[in-house]
Amino acid sequence: MENEKLSLPNYTIPEDLQNVVAITTLDRLYNWGRRSSVWPLMFGLACCAIEMIAAQTARYDMARFGMEVMRPTPRQADMMLVSGTVTKKMLPSIIRLYNQMPEPKYVVAMGACASSGGPFKEGYNVVAGIDKFLPVDVYIPGCPPTPQALIAGMIKLQEKIDKQSIKHVTWYNKEKKDGNYVPMPILGPDLIDVRRNAEIRDVAAAKESA
Amino acid sequence: MATPVLTQTVDLAARFPGKVSADARPGYAGIIVNKENLVEVATAVRDEFGFDLLTAVTGVDYIAENKMEVVYHAYKTTGGAGLVFRVQVERVDPIEVPSLINIWPGVDFQEREAWDLYGIKFTGHPDLRRILMWEGFEGHPLRKDWKEPFFEEEVKPFKSRWPDGQHTFAENKNPFRDNLNFPKDFDPEKYVVDKEEDLYMSLERDTTKDVEGNMKTDHIVVNMGPHHPSTHGVLRVAVQLDGETIIGLKPVMGYLHRNHDKIGERNTYLQNIPYTDRLDYFNSMSNNFGYVTTVEKLMKIPVAERAEYIRVIMAELSRIQNHLIFIGMLMNDLGTMYTPSLYAFEERELVLDIFEAVSGARMMCNYFRFGGVVRDIPDFAMQKIKDLVFERLPAKTDEMERFLNENEILVARLKGIHVLNAEDAIKYSVTGPVLRATGVPYDLRRADPYSIYDRFDFDVAVRQNGDMMDNYLIRFDEIRQSLRILEQAIKQIPQGPINSQKAAYQVRVPAGEAYGRIESPKGELAFYIVSNGKPNAYRYHVRPASFVNLTAVESMCKGSKIADFVALLAMLDIVMGELDR
Ligand code: SF4
Repeated sequence: MENEKLSLPNYTIPEDLQNVVAITTLDRLYNWGRRSSVWPLMFGLACCAIEMIAAQTARYDMARFGMEVMRPTPRQADMMLVSGTVTKKMLPSIIRLYNQMPEPKYVVAMGACASSGGPFKEGYNVVAGIDKFLPVDVYIPGCPPTPQALIAGMIKLQEKIDKQSIKHVTWYNKEKKDGNYVPMPILGPDLIDVRRNAEIRDVAAAKESA
Repeated sequence: MATPVLTQTVDLAARFPGKVSADARPGYAGIIVNKENLVEVATAVRDEFGFDLLTAVTGVDYIAENKMEVVYHAYKTTGGAGLVFRVQVERVDPIEVPSLINIWPGVDFQEREAWDLYGIKFTGHPDLRRILMWEGFEGHPLRKDWKEPFFEEEVKPFKSRWPDGQHTFAENKNPFRDNLNFPKDFDPEKYVVDKEEDLYMSLERDTTKDVEGNMKTDHIVVNMGPHHPSTHGVLRVAVQLDGETIIGLKPVMGYLHRNHDKIGERNTYLQNIPYTDRLDYFNSMSNNFGYVTTVEKLMKIPVAERAEYIRVIMAELSRIQNHLIFIGMLMNDLGTMYTPSLYAFEERELVLDIFEAVSGARMMCNYFRFGGVVRDIPDFAMQKIKDLVFERLPAKTDEMERFLNENEILVARLKGIHVLNAEDAIKYSVTGPVLRATGVPYDLRRADPYSIYDRFDFDVAVRQNGDMMDNYLIRFDEIRQSLRILEQAIKQIPQGPINSQKAAYQVRVPAGEAYGRIESPKGELAFYIVSNGKPNAYRYHVRPASFVNLTAVESMCKGSKIADFVALLAMLDIVMGELDR
């Protein structure tokens, strides 16, 4: 980033030092580093993944924004790009991957399916949006979103990162160490969200017998 | 130039008196076989009548008649019309039908699918587990009396949304306020999770290893996927390994099972076209093609002349970009990460530009309509197509071949690896380029011509060895043949209307059944539709090429190295949207 953008305004730097010294806040420096190298998890679920690949190829070249290093392992990824329909059968794997990602981590829901279930919402094996389980930072509409839309969504994520402050981020908060851990759902007669066990039992008991 | 069709009258009724009967329902074809005689009749169908390729097996739930039906579609690899035979059993559990796995091993996954979705038990099937859903799932979802948790009405358009366009959240109607449904008195805390022991037990083990002189080795089971960078989406395979050698292997799928069939049976015919886009998402044009051809067969309507040409142009462009991407992805899996696929994607973008110009969308085109297409090709797009077909694509194909074909590493990795011979390929119902690479010139554009393919002069690409190298080279052959078809189509395309029908929200489809198949870039893509005269399909089934081609994978890679298996998956050119539907 050029000096002007990184420096805080309203500080006069003596003229002879202007090319050498910059004054900024720690937050800004920290966020600048993070936002410029968001590494996505290399992970495609459905049709949207193809547009995600297209966004990395020559015409759109996502690398211009510092997010081209796709990592197949969650341990090295900063951001999970949920690119496609989340099915019940796949969900436990997605949650496991998310839990394996180190902090700081972000989730981007790409496309109608990941945001809400999309065209397949009524399907019996479809989870109506990944946000029922994971905290989503950016939603990108479209079916599939064009590569331009995807890049716009990534830039939105960068804007979000810009606004974070070391003081408040959860990953340095000792009390909230496990703040982002999501318990693994179980594949039973249907998808069992273990956080809702009591509710499921009560509703199932109240059901009229078939 | 039409292919001569081998006409041999198939008179099964005379051959098996009392055991089979002709299907008398209006709109239906084929014969009904008694359940007890199924194996006997099927053997004769294969051996005496020469129907060596069983393409599709599927169930239909005739709940009003209290019958469950299994429909088989058999064809000859020499071409010509097919044979439909079916078994009807009473709809009382357990529903049992003898498995045909010993006659056509290619029915393996399709029978498992019918078990999973319809609860039809195929007796004699060695490994009848659920395939798209997981073990322990409640119910068989495609049965007509099974309702999904977000069930609203039997058919669309739902009255709540139409005609005044209201909006309701499906969540508000479900007692769990989510896409969930549990049996009465279900207690999640007491639920015992399935450990998938059946899957691991089904893996082949090698017990002959302790022969003297051999080092005794332990086998390990490795699960590849569903999150794996090289499985082309969310496929999982459980492999039994001895060192690096594969001893047994089972694909596990369903991680992208989006309930295409069930949703398709709720949709009106027209509403379903965009859903077919999302089957094989590389080739939405081909998927549209298959679907509308099938429905047109049922409706018995002609297609506008100009639209026929537009369809062929779009389908062939789609094939070219599919094969280019295939080559790029294969290189990825062989280890040359990204560079060749960047070249492939460059051409793909140009093809997608054309799709966008005609349909408005890059990937999900939703372009075909019953009787024609939805918009005409604008002039500038036609110019682009000409530039691509006559100038750029031939040159780029040559360039790609020049870069890759003689590369030493590529040759070493591909030549002589994974030989699939013609006999096995047919046995396992493999279709498409993979079958043709084994020396069987079976291309539906010639063998069972649809649309206007009989007007074009082109060769069916065939290679003889069936190894990886041939599978790779045949893609280039096919690109060249597609270009030939395109050149002729562009020169011959007439002016005129682009749809033979008036635009309508709802089409009238007479009762009956139809099985329509096209040569998609990945193999035979077929749709099986049963109509009862209502605005939506009674039974809607997709016979995807990837799904059936994958049946052969276990026998193909036993004894080979795990690294080759990754390349082999690329070679089969599977796409999960179509595989899991
Ligand atoms: S949003 Fe559309 S393109 Fe994306 S995964 Fe869903 S159906 Fe496919």
